Amino acid sequence: MNAPQKLPSAPEEAARASRQYATFFVDELFFGIDVLHVQEVLRYQEMTMVPLAPEVIEGLINLRGQIVTAVDMRRRLKLQPRAEGQTPMNVVVRSEEGAAVSLLVDEIGDVLEAGSETFERPPENVDAAARELLRGVYKLKDRLLLILDTEKTIDFASGTSASRTM
Amino acid sequence: MNDDEIIKEFLVESTDNLARLDQEMVELEQRPKDPELLAGIFRTIHTIKGTCGFLGFTTLEGVTHSTESILSQLREGKRDLTPDLVTLVLEAVDVVKKTLVAIEASGAEGGETYDELRARLKAAADSTGGGEASGRAAVSAANGNAVVPKGPSVADSTIRVDVGLLDKLMNLVGELVLTRNQILQFNAHQEDITLNASSQRLNLITTELQEGVMKTRMQPIGVVWNKLPRVVRDMAAAFGKQIHLQMDGAGTELDKTIIEAIKDPLTHIVRNCCDHGIEKPDVRVHKGKPAQGRITLRAFHEGGQVNIEISDDGAGIDPQALKSSAVQKGQIRLEQAERMTDREAFGLVFLPGVSTAAEVTNVSGRGVGMDVVKTNVEKIGGVVDLVSRVGEGTTVKLKIPLTLAIIPGLVVTVNQRRSSPRSTDGGGERYVIPQVSLLELIRLEGESGRRQIERIHDTPFYRRRGNLLPLAYLTEVLRLNSSRESNVVNIVVLQAEDSQFGLVVDGISDTQEIVVKPLGKQLKGLSCYAGATIMGDGQVALILDVLGIAQLSGIVRESREQTRAEVRTAERISGNWQTYLLFRAGSFERLAVPLSLVARLEEIPQSKIEHAGGKRVVQYRGQILQLASLAPILEPGAPDTAGTQDPAQVVVFHNGERSIGILVDQILDIVEETADIRQSTERKGLLGSAVIGKKVTDLVDLHEVIAAADEGWFDNGESTEGHGATILVAEASAFARGLVRNSLEMAGYHVVESGDAQAALRELERRKIDVVLAGMDLPSDGGYDLLEKMRRIPSLSGIPAMALIDKADQANGKAPHAHEFSDYQMKFDREALLHSLAKLAGGVEAEPVLAGERVRP
Repeated sequence: MNAPQKLPSAPEEAARASRQYATFFVDELFFGIDVLHVQEVLRYQEMTMVPLAPEVIEGLINLRGQIVTAVDMRRRLKLQPRAEGQTPMNVVVRSEEGAAVSLLVDEIGDVLEAGSETFERPPENVDAAARELLRGVYKLKDRLLLILDTEKTIDFASGTSASRTM
Repeated sequence: MNDDEIIKEFLVESTDNLARLDQEMVELEQRPKDPELLAGIFRTIHTIKGTCGFLGFTTLEGVTHSTESILSQLREGKRDLTPDLVTLVLEAVDVVKKTLVAIEASGAEGGETYDELRARLKAAADSTGGGEASGRAAVSAANGNAVVPKGPSVADSTIRVDVGLLDKLMNLVGELVLTRNQILQFNAHQEDITLNASSQRLNLITTELQEGVMKTRMQPIGVVWNKLPRVVRDMAAAFGKQIHLQMDGAGTELDKTIIEAIKDPLTHIVRNCCDHGIEKPDVRVHKGKPAQGRITLRAFHEGGQVNIEISDDGAGIDPQALKSSAVQKGQIRLEQAERMTDREAFGLVFLPGVSTAAEVTNVSGRGVGMDVVKTNVEKIGGVVDLVSRVGEGTTVKLKIPLTLAIIPGLVVTVNQRRSSPRSTDGGGERYVIPQVSLLELIRLEGESGRRQIERIHDTPFYRRRGNLLPLAYLTEVLRLNSSRESNVVNIVVLQAEDSQFGLVVDGISDTQEIVVKPLGKQLKGLSCYAGATIMGDGQVALILDVLGIAQLSGIVRESREQTRAEVRTAERISGNWQTYLLFRAGSFERLAVPLSLVARLEEIPQSKIEHAGGKRVVQYRGQILQLASLAPILEPGAPDTAGTQDPAQVVVFHNGERSIGILVDQILDIVEETADIRQSTERKGLLGSAVIGKKVTDLVDLHEVIAAADEGWFDNGESTEGHGATILVAEASAFARGLVRNSLEMAGYHVVESGDAQAALRELERRKIDVVLAGMDLPSDGGYDLLEKMRRIPSLSGIPAMALIDKADQANGKAPHAHEFSDYQMKFDREALLHSLAKLAGGVEAEPVLAGERVRP
């Protein structure tokens, strides 16, 4: 790796790491995720539900022979449930270990390039459920782009998981 | 055989390395100080030297040793690299290559010893100074008579492939299989002939491709065994023991992941053998054994599994000592210990903390280990078993599935209202239950059926052959909103650790070979699933973890330490459904014969038993029935307890002409079971052991028992029944062979057995065979292969051949087509088998029938 001149602070590093984000909407909020972590975007897929699973898990989908866990982003972010009849889209992301997870979102946006000068840490008063998943916020011209931390979003082994009650 | 495998590995590896070495030496001349380059060269030579020493190739070892010394001096900077030195090293490399070629061709190094080069190398190594090694022409001249290899060498015909790539290929093939299934489904409704034809071809090619790719992941077990001679040698030296390690079947192939998983358990067991098993030489001599102890490793395929046996001829394990150790450690209670059989006591070895070793050594004896061995083996769906005799030695047996990737499973459904609003179908959700845990299926219909489910408090039970079977409703266990009351109750009887329970589901579809896929880490915490799979229609279905379900429903308490395997599933042959008669005789607490061979069960008062011609007989249905006690046949000299019992318990066998009554101590039960066979006995009169009704049960070899009881039975059988036909039973599983042979011989056929296709062909050439029965999983390429080979030999092509299939074959779609084999029958469907055989045996038209089953078409 190229050695940095000075030790960057966390948000600066986050901003530097990648400036291209795949964006999507969840309950009117505008999110972005590092485009390098996104494997593909799919329409709604038939899903197999998993009884006893943490409630944020919507089910399993067959992605060309690979079994992928689908996480409902509304529930992950503790937002309102999706309206009747509204089918979500799949944003399939890859974790560092290479495991694929599908994030169920309301609508897909463009891939955006954001300049680091508009970057800011997530404000302290954002709801804790969302805040712990956010790397930061880009202040775009017309709206705020909330950047999700991929690893944290798909890791809920601790804390937020609805543990099985046996 | 085994050495061959090692040498082959060695050749491939060395040839690869040497090819690189040439280039590296040349590079080294350019950059003589490059430490990485030097280290690489040094490593290559060092590895070859080490392996040569191990394999006993002294010339090679000599050459590489001196070369290594030179390289080591270079590496340490004690001398500078001169062109002469490079040439010398390259010359040595050439000699190594030549010798490798000779080894590949003949297995030995060949006569050339390269003394001159070795002297020069040694001189160079000894003189750390400059100017050395001049004349160097002699070597190549002396090599005119070196062995010339025939055809492409091993190294030429193999390439190294990244395992990741193979895994990817495997996944792609999995997808292809699914796509193929969808196309076939679609094609079933189409009339287009071209489409039909090409989808058929797609089908065939996919299957072949799948098999091929699976094969690429297979490795000989010798890969793991290679490390053991060293382990044994070191340990023998450390403990002052003499140990000979023998390895049979190193070529037995297993999936790479499984090879990895058994590496440590195997090493551990072998270390245990060295440390506790084999005694010191003086102790052995004192006991009248040879001073040199022997450890034998054996691996072989049987019934779709790989068996690995590790035995030593050492001190053995005292079951009493095991029990007291377990009681001391608080693992079992004293009363429990007293009731335990020796066999159960050996199971204690696998509990954590139990050890019989008087002293703790730095290797073993702490009582840590065998429990880990068991956990690791069970993790990959294997079974460990241990038998031992004090003073004679110990044998540890591992049964391991060939592959983890594909297992047979039962597909069940539950009707449920989907809580999700996006539900697209109102139908049921599917779940897969690994067949390995499946015992039986029970279907209760209507109101009367439902009434058979009784409750204690709120817990439902079903009376299954007199025993209470606890029930769990899958919908309740998984907390689904079960939708409708069904008129039918489907109970899937499952085995979870030591207990059985019934899982109530709404529907049972069928059995399928499924490809096991792991769940994401987000779902790893759920103990009720073992993984997931993709069904023919592309939908995902969850694989249930039977133990996890049992725990969730409170039937099994949480186990000692979450021994739950990530995928606790295994490929096993599960087609051995049989009804068995269980009884006791002499010191054998549990014996079994297939019920289909039994004519009837009788109780005969002692007063009715008469003697004629030195034998016990009884008048029975207007005939004279000869009686014989089973216990003395199985154990010559054992007391005949059954013979004096009043009334005597008699199992009557009948072959249409003759009858014989076998006296046993007690009739225990009749159970239907898929027997999990542990073929383990050489004992006369027994076929082997199986777990029947959850207990280890010995299967009686009726052929031997009846032959021992009544010498005339089989002689006459052949002539009276008039078949006289000779049947070749070619089948992989010795157990299945034994059962089929028993059935056929009882019906008067003469039976020849063989365990693989080669042996079968030899038998066919040696004697006149009238009909061939061939198992589908016959080594090495299945029953089809045998058939094909027979058809190619004119003298054999006319012999009718019948395929023996089991349920697994049927489920696999391996069931043969009629035009290939003359016929096919289920292995254990005795009646149908005999009926069909009578037709094939041709010329001899008499039909074999047993009393009580007279069926005339």
